[in-house]
Amino acid sequence: MGERAAAPPAGRHQWEAAVLQEAKMAAGSGCCLRPFSCELGLLSRPDGSAAFLQGDTSVLAALYGPAEAKGNRELPERAALEVLLRPKVGLPGVGERSREQLLRQTCEAVLLGRLHPRCSVSLVLQVLGDSGSLLSCCLNAACMGLLDAGLPLASLFCGVTCALHPDGSLVLDPSTRQEQEARALLTFAIDSAERKVLMASTKGTCSVEEMQQCIAAAQSAADTIFQFYRDSIRRRYSKS
Amino acid sequence: MVGGGGVAVEECVGQVVLPGDVLFLPTHPDEDGERLRLGASPAPPTKLLCGPGLRRCDAGLLVTKCGLLRHRQAAGGAYWVDSQQKRYVPIKGDHAIGIVTAKAGDVFKLDVGGSEQASLSYLAFEGATKRNRPNVQVGDLIYGQFVVANKDMEPEMVCIDSSGRSSGMGIIGQDGFLFKVSLGLIRKLLAPKSEIIQELSQLYPFEMVLGMNGRIWVKARTVQQTLIIVNILEAYGETVFKASSSCELTGVTTRICKKNVAKMTSGCEQNVWRKCLKANTHF
Repeated sequence: MGERAAAPPAGRHQWEAAVLQEAKMAAGSGCCLRPFSCELGLLSRPDGSAAFLQGDTSVLAALYGPAEAKGNRELPERAALEVLLRPKVGLPGVGERSREQLLRQTCEAVLLGRLHPRCSVSLVLQVLGDSGSLLSCCLNAACMGLLDAGLPLASLFCGVTCALHPDGSLVLDPSTRQEQEARALLTFAIDSAERKVLMASTKGTCSVEEMQQCIAAAQSAADTIFQFYRDSIRRRYSKS
Repeated sequence: MVGGGGVAVEECVGQVVLPGDVLFLPTHPDEDGERLRLGASPAPPTKLLCGPGLRRCDAGLLVTKCGLLRHRQAAGGAYWVDSQQKRYVPIKGDHAIGIVTAKAGDVFKLDVGGSEQASLSYLAFEGATKRNRPNVQVGDLIYGQFVVANKDMEPEMVCIDSSGRSSGMGIIGQDGFLFKVSLGLIRKLLAPKSEIIQELSQLYPFEMVLGMNGRIWVKARTVQQTLIIVNILEAYGETVFKASSSCELTGVTTRICKKNVAKMTSGCEQNVWRKCLKANTHF
C-alpha cells in the first residue's frame, strides 16, 4: 500500500492510501476500489470528527456525545443516537431521511449504548462531493468519526457499494456513471468482528445468487478498508 | 496484527488496538482446581484489573476504544487502553473543576463537562456546618472530587477527603483564567516528571489547577503572564501530536516557551524581563 505523507496543519492528520484491490469474483470480472483517504480530528468544536474521501466522493462527519439528552428524546436504558445528513446543495429531503435511518441502525448495532443511558449521541454528516457510492462513504466517515470521538464500540463497520451491470458483471465502489448504467445497486455495511452484514440497501432487481456474490465481494473488500482504518489510527497514535 | 482471530494480550502491549479486537488472557499452566497445594509454593495469581477501553467477554478481553494498550504489573496486573478523547465521562475518585450553575436549596449544581450536571452539598466543604455555610455564588469555580459517578445516577462531588480535610479542594479564588484542553494532555501534565511544567515553573511563578475533565485554571501575577502560560499550554497540546520522542518534546517545549514569550510580551515588558533574568529576580 503506497502512502503519501502530506505536511499536516496543526492539529490535523492526513493520510492517503492508494489502494488497488483486485477482488476476483465467481463471475470472473475484476473489481477494484477507488483510492481513498481520511482525515481525523479536523474540527475543533465537536467531540469527534472525520473526513472520508473515496475517489471524488467525500463526506465530513462530526460527532457530539455522550451529551445531555433533551426531554422526550432520552431513553432510560441506552444512549439515543441521532443522525443528520446534509446534502451538498439544497435542503435535506426524503432520500436523506432514509439514509439517516440506515446509518442510525448500523451505528446502533455497534455502539455500546447501554454504557451511557439517558445520554444523546449526535452524528452530523455533510456531503462535500458526490460522485458515486455516497452511502458507503457516509458509513465509512461515520465509523471513523465514532473512533475519533472515543465512544465505546463493540466492533467497527465499513460500507461497500456494488453495482450490477445488465451483462452480469459486478463493479465495486462505482462512480456516478457506472451507477446510472447499472441495473442494480447494492450497499452493504460489513462489521469487523465476523464480517457479518449489518445493513443492506438495494436499488433495482437482482437474483439471490447475484446478491450472494455481491456480499462475498463486499466482504473481501471490507478487509482492505479495515486494514486502512488500522493504519490510520496507528499513524495517529505513533506521533503522540 | 489481525484482530479477528484473537491475539494474546501480552503481545499487544504498547501497540494500537481497535474496537472489536479480542485479546486472550494468559493461562496459567498450574491452575488446576482439583489439586491441593502442600508446602511452600508460589501464591496463586491475584485478580486482573480490566481498565478503561476493555470489557470482559467469554474469550478474554474485548477492546471497545481505539488507542495504545498499556499494562501495569503491580497489584495483580492491570490492562487498559490509552485513548485520546475530548468528552469527559465522570469517574469516581477523579478530581475535576466544576462551574456552579445553580443553587437549589442545600445543593449546588455544577457543570463538569459531562452529560449531566453534578451536585455538591453545602456541607461538603471543610469546616462547613448548618450555621457556617460556604460562600458559593453562581459562576464560581470549584475543585472537588467525585464520590458518586456511574451511568445510572447523577454524579456527586465533594470538596473534602475521607478524613474531613480539604487537601487543596474547594472554591478556586478570584481572577485567573479557565480553559479547556483534551483529556490526554491533562494526563500527560499530571505525569510525575512532566517537562512542560518544569519549563513553565522557570518562567514565572504561577498557580495552576488541573481538572481531569479537561479544564485548567491558571493564575500568574499579571494578566499578560497568565495569557502567555495559557497559550504555551494550548500550543503544547497541539504539538504533543507531532513530537515522536521525549527529547524532541523537550526541545519543542523550550522553543514554544521562547517563541510565545517573545511574541506576546510588549516591548517594555520584554526589556524588563531581560533585565530581571540578568539580575536573576522575578518581577
